[in-house]
Amino acid sequence: MEAEAAKFIGAGLACFALIGAGIGIGNIFGNYLSGALRNPSAAPGQFTNLLIGFALAEATGLFGLLIALMILFG
Amino acid sequence: MIEAGYGRERPELTGLANVGGADVGPEGATGALGPMEQFEINRYLKLDLFGLDASFTNSALFMVIAVAVIIGFLHYAMGGRSMVPTRTQSVAELAYEFIANMVYDNTGKDGMKYFPFVFTIFVFVLVLNMLGMIPYSFTVTSHIVVTFALAALVFIVVTAIGFARHGVGFLKLFKPDGLPLPLVPIIVPIEIISFLIRPISLSVRLFANMMAGHTLLKVFAGFIVSLGVFGVVPLVATVAFTGLEFLVAFLQAMIFSVLTCIYLNDAINMHDHH
Repeated sequence: MEAEAAKFIGAGLACFALIGAGIGIGNIFGNYLSGALRNPSAAPGQFTNLLIGFALAEATGLFGLLIALMILFG
Repeated sequence: MIEAGYGRERPELTGLANVGGADVGPEGATGALGPMEQFEINRYLKLDLFGLDASFTNSALFMVIAVAVIIGFLHYAMGGRSMVPTRTQSVAELAYEFIANMVYDNTGKDGMKYFPFVFTIFVFVLVLNMLGMIPYSFTVTSHIVVTFALAALVFIVVTAIGFARHGVGFLKLFKPDGLPLPLVPIIVPIEIISFLIRPISLSVRLFANMMAGHTLLKVFAGFIVSLGVFGVVPLVATVAFTGLEFLVAFLQAMIFSVLTCIYLNDAINMHDHH
């Protein structure tokens, strides 16, 4: 296999990390919504926690994206 | 060494640079730029400081603009200092209260003296992100050098505050109370690693979000031309993504400052929640 081809395949594989980020973000927002519908008065107080969870879940996926970009352009 | 960072030729970029238009030459000579070229750094004023490249670049220019915008706006908005705020004054007060509440909720009363620090970081990142949304401008926060410098500043400040307040006792942060002895060799290294990885995750989150978002916008904008009549579909998508990018620009500035508050809370109140 050519080195160039392997590079692109590797970059594509690194993007698989975003699957986990997608699942994580969906989980967080889905659970927040179901919790907020059960008890709407408590929802605004948990908004910051929601965003922190979102940020933490997203960061793991972005690490993978970063690896992909490093393979492509590094 | 530093020369290799920006000025160099990157022929491998042209492959992606042509994603949008087929008629674009290998150097993007027709004026249509590739999605990665918006992140190029240009030197406006060459400056060599003891072998270090301290040139005034477009990145530096936009940081200066951001600081000027922040100082100018806050000075103008709070110039009246009326009891019943005018519209611009309410915006400034809104920003103040937003961060003041965030700092108080996360760090308690002791943390309020670090409010100026968090407020500065929030407004600086927010304005840099928002300036980047102006077409043909430059997004400073899409470079990991800048975001890592900010994150490293937060990390150093937090560590310094922790040691200043608790002395060597700050190291107890790595060993939570009531931790069973057999678990110590497992938990303590994990806690240390998670503490040391903070500047990396903080900077990569901001940088990757801004860079990925702006690249996505440019890639979709390229499809509009190359698809002809069907270019309406990516046009609508681009408009929607632009709206989303404004949300991300605000959200990332907010998350950066919320996490700064949480790290400050660790340093001020250790593990217990005020």
